[in-house]
Amino acid sequence: MARVFKKPEKNSIYWRQLILEIEKLGIHSVGIVAIISVFMGGIITLQLTYNMVSPLMPSYIIGLGNRDTLILEFSSTILSLMLAGKIGSNIASEIGSMRVTEQIDSMEIMGVNSASYLILPKIVAVVFISPLLFIISVTCGLFGGLFTGPLSGVVTVATYLNGITTTFNPFYVYFSIIKTFVFGFLIATVPAYLGYYVQGGALEVGRASTKSVVNTSILILFFDLVLTQLLFK
Amino acid sequence: MIEIKNISKSFEGRDVLIDISTIFEKGKTNLIIGQSGSGKTVLLKSIVGLIEVDSGEVLFDGRDNRNMNFNEKKLLRQEIGMVFQNGALFDSLTVEENVRFPMDMFTDKTMKEKTSRLNFCLERVNIKDSNRLYPAEISGGMRKRVAIARAIALNPKYLFCDEPNSGLDPVTSILIDTLIKEITAEFDITTVINTHDMNSVMEIGDKILFISEGKKCWEGNNTQIFNTRNKKLNAFVFASPFSKKFKELRLMEDDE
Repeated sequence: MARVFKKPEKNSIYWRQLILEIEKLGIHSVGIVAIISVFMGGIITLQLTYNMVSPLMPSYIIGLGNRDTLILEFSSTILSLMLAGKIGSNIASEIGSMRVTEQIDSMEIMGVNSASYLILPKIVAVVFISPLLFIISVTCGLFGGLFTGPLSGVVTVATYLNGITTTFNPFYVYFSIIKTFVFGFLIATVPAYLGYYVQGGALEVGRASTKSVVNTSILILFFDLVLTQLLFK
Repeated sequence: MIEIKNISKSFEGRDVLIDISTIFEKGKTNLIIGQSGSGKTVLLKSIVGLIEVDSGEVLFDGRDNRNMNFNEKKLLRQEIGMVFQNGALFDSLTVEENVRFPMDMFTDKTMKEKTSRLNFCLERVNIKDSNRLYPAEISGGMRKRVAIARAIALNPKYLFCDEPNSGLDPVTSILIDTLIKEITAEFDITTVINTHDMNSVMEIGDKILFISEGKKCWEGNNTQIFNTRNKKLNAFVFASPFSKKFKELRLMEDDE
């Protein structure tokens, strides 16, 4: 870990790598994040309508429930679990393949700090893009509800909009953004570590990739528990 | 010149290198030969510092890499070029980006200077019209030649090649051998090649170190190898009926 955070050999190369990683890991994830969030926003809206609305409950609860579910858990935790699969396996298999094909050894021979060159831009990129993906996800999820609710006739646009603006607590957003920073760090570091130290061939790279998704997911859930307890106390 | 003194290395109690000493001279192609599993790759990786030895010294022109700090080791490694068995080119970079990579990382040259050096290195290894291709899009022989171009990009003092001919056809193997030999003489490099290709041994073996079961068994050159009485070496080098016949003919020619 100390080698990862050592001063880069050449800043210009690291900036170039960082931009490439932001594009590869972040921009290329926007599509899937948006699609899943739109559908989940719609599904949460329908589930809330069919399971929670009663004569005793105000109907704006649909928009409010959708908003808080998205902000508090879906767009931060569940989305991070999904990104652990997409980004995490990508990082583990890329670095693992470079290890077994001696590309990392080749960098070391040249005198390049391979840990820093390969891993640091990925960590910075994922930590930087996770909150942005969170914001995109919440926005898309809310739009998903806005389309699905009125289209299926379970809620009017005005009621839904009233719901998503009622009793808004900004702390929920700060809390989730803190979580996405932590989860982003886990999504990049755990797979990078497992990929960097892989030994063997293609089979071991596959195993490292699977292991990285499983370990990162468990750590995300554990830290979700810890952070919820710490920050909501 | 690279001098190795009493190098030993074991993995989980199994001795892989046992007390190996030798000198690899400047401007010569020094070959390490031996059967698969004899410890050749471990020896090569120990010399370049990818594997830490249990005991012994590796001196690069008198400098012991074990006594160097991180930055000194980094500077030494910039004097080393290495060609790996499969080329180890970076998959995500094109041919020209691969060759330019060490210059981008360690020099403050302008783009024009870097391009000029890049063109020189690629021309030197006879790579044309492939600058924009990725490693997956070129042949095995080309990958090896690009790896050589990358290894010489920073004018190294020491060149290491791990089985540069493996997986190549005989014609391409000879091209690679000739290229390494020419580059070694042209730039006065200390070259160490790990091989079990007998053509390479005969063609470019200025110095040959034969190791067996982790021990130094024999050292000499490609002329002396025909006259040696070392049984293990003879069994290894002249294993096939064809090579035995070749040896007999060669010795008959010498007698005449």
